[in-house]
Amino acid sequence: MTALEHATEVVDPVPGTGAPHLPEQPDSGPEFVQLLTPEGERVEHPDYAIDVTDEELRSLYRDLALVRRWDVEATALQRQGELGIWASLLGQEAAQVGAGRALAPDDMAFPTYREHGVAWTRGVDPLHVMSLFRGNDMGGWDPVATGVNLYTVVIGAQTLHATGYAMGLQRDGADAAALAFLGDGATSQGEVNEALIWAASLSAPVVFFCQNNQYAISVPIERQSRVPLYQRASGFGFPGVRVDGNDVLAVLAVTRAALARAREGSGPTFIEAFTYRMGAHTTSDDPTRYRMASELEEWKLRDPIARLKAHLARAGIADAAFFDAVDAEGDELAVRIRTGTLEMTDPAGTEIFDHVYAEQTPDLERQRAEFVAYHASFEGEK
Amino acid sequence: MTTLTLGKALNMGLRKAMEDDPKVVLMGEDIGKLGGVFRITDGLQKDFGEDRVVDTPLAEAGILGTAVGLAMRGYRPVCEIQFDGFVFPAYNQIVTQVAKIHARSRGRLPMPIVIRIPFGGGIGAVEHHSESPEAYFAHTAGLKVVAVATPADAYFGIQQAIASPDPIVFLEPKRRYWEKADVDTDATPDPLFRSRVLRAGDDLTLLAYGPMVKTALQAATAAEDEGRSIEVVDLRTLSPLDLDAVYESVRRTGRCVVVHEAPTTLGLGAEIAARVTETCFHSLEAPVLRVGGYDTPYPPSKLEEDYLPDLDRVLDAVDRSMGF
Ligand SMILES: Cc1ncc(C[n+]2csc(CCOP(=O)(O)OP(=O)(O)O)c2C)c(N)n1
Repeated sequence: MTALEHATEVVDPVPGTGAPHLPEQPDSGPEFVQLLTPEGERVEHPDYAIDVTDEELRSLYRDLALVRRWDVEATALQRQGELGIWASLLGQEAAQVGAGRALAPDDMAFPTYREHGVAWTRGVDPLHVMSLFRGNDMGGWDPVATGVNLYTVVIGAQTLHATGYAMGLQRDGADAAALAFLGDGATSQGEVNEALIWAASLSAPVVFFCQNNQYAISVPIERQSRVPLYQRASGFGFPGVRVDGNDVLAVLAVTRAALARAREGSGPTFIEAFTYRMGAHTTSDDPTRYRMASELEEWKLRDPIARLKAHLARAGIADAAFFDAVDAEGDELAVRIRTGTLEMTDPAGTEIFDHVYAEQTPDLERQRAEFVAYHASFEGEK
Repeated sequence: MTTLTLGKALNMGLRKAMEDDPKVVLMGEDIGKLGGVFRITDGLQKDFGEDRVVDTPLAEAGILGTAVGLAMRGYRPVCEIQFDGFVFPAYNQIVTQVAKIHARSRGRLPMPIVIRIPFGGGIGAVEHHSESPEAYFAHTAGLKVVAVATPADAYFGIQQAIASPDPIVFLEPKRRYWEKADVDTDATPDPLFRSRVLRAGDDLTLLAYGPMVKTALQAATAAEDEGRSIEVVDLRTLSPLDLDAVYESVRRTGRCVVVHEAPTTLGLGAEIAARVTETCFHSLEAPVLRVGGYDTPYPPSKLEEDYLPDLDRVLDAVDRSMGF
């Protein structure tokens, strides 16, 4: 089935900009790791076997369903003016949950701004992510306690941080690795290329997990790379793997293997999780300006959650009662996220001054005092 | 006369510049099909083609570094940086290369590059989307820095910047993109590197640029109710500074307040205060006061109103100045 045959409807065509973009279809050869087909059938791969219990399969499904429910609620809250913006993970649940579940407790994740699914698997309270997008803080969770660094908005910067963190692990003889997240667009950044060079050169225990969701805002992957991204790794001198990013089992298997390899001292791996951003770049974006609606229809057939559900149902691993229970849990989660977000109190103005330095400066202390006095001068006016 | 938003005025100014000079090439992230995240380049790729409106790879150092090479071939690159906070990957190219090549080549290699940056806060964004990095660039010899505040200046200013032989950091007040005013596209514009008195007054000289110009005008109106007559100057050009009109004004008023969103310490206000003091010392009735952002990282959006200078903080500075 080629997508082009179905691609008749073009949304907002832009004459003169060449052929409409349609993401390259993932091939089915050994270069493309898949353990669960879009139809929900378990398949084998020569290099990546996975041993999962039924219990694990159900809990993977639960994670996927719950992060999607969270995402839906967050998008709704943004529409209602309760969040400044939201970066949706829709369509990327399997890539994120698979990668997140591959982490061991001592590993450290370095997310972009979209890895809510990773944060979830590490036990970050969704409300601590919501407070960032509401504009209350820069992320309320403790990076050290959760093993999830704060979100990084400047594209690619975190890949170097992960590499340096891995250098620290190396020096400490720690049995742990760093997992750096990045997008397809980020691979163009100079800093990302430096990270790949450093990681290779120092054989650092870091895994680069690139979610190729086909777009950097409006710019399709072809503008960033003329070769499949995973192939870039060999130029840097370490393995690259392309995995079906909508297959949570394959992502889990591939990331586990790469992290194990890093922990045992064999150096970095680059993972390209081939997926699709099913929503807008963020709630501020309008994808109808640059891509065809038919693309989304194609990718819906590869939905990461539907395929696991099909597998669980068909193999008798989960029944209707289980799915209903997960749905109910999702609704409860959504309520908790909604009320928790609505109940957030605005931060105090003095917060601006309080964490800039480890040792407060006299100058800033003075500005803080002036700020307090200035605002006190309005007391009673209102 | 047409009524234009500041954003649309930029769009029309870019279009005009591209029509006038086939060497003008636009480069930036998402500026093609999408028309830029603020739609400033809307429709331009459609009409001028992909060679002249380039959706670049996601790499700001690349945008500025390749602009240097294009300029060497006689092109006039107009680079869009998506948001103020994302100019820093390109900072090396801007500061060590773009700014210095004219001097290094003793004029043999002009660098007519325009670096468009939507700057400033007040739009409720997440971090890195609300910053005011102008002082870094004004501090760099070899660069010129301008900030527009009105649709008319946006329309003409972008064309003047593109026509200018020097590299120019062109700052666009993103929170004012949607504000409208009449623009006479047939008018003869003021020179680009010239400040402008927007409102005459006798008691105090209030200086602003970019997004704070509107705030300064509002403050002057509010002060009028208290019987204070405030002269408002839109600086327009930050490097070079054009302060002759300011000196003339301060000699009459004896008082001067500078407003900007950027952190106060070592911001443009510091340089302006020094120059006004050096030049108008004997006329001053009060020290030159600065109203700016605090010396902190730009805060999360729920706190940006506390951080940004607003009407009250400007009036407070006016009061303090008058109190001397
Ligand atoms: C250095 C830098 N430049 C530009 C931006 C603006 N921006 C935010 S997200 C984005 C696209 C990122 O694409 P990709 O890396 O593929 O990740 P995705 O958003 O698709 O997950 C851009 C250009 C930024 N955040 N940082």
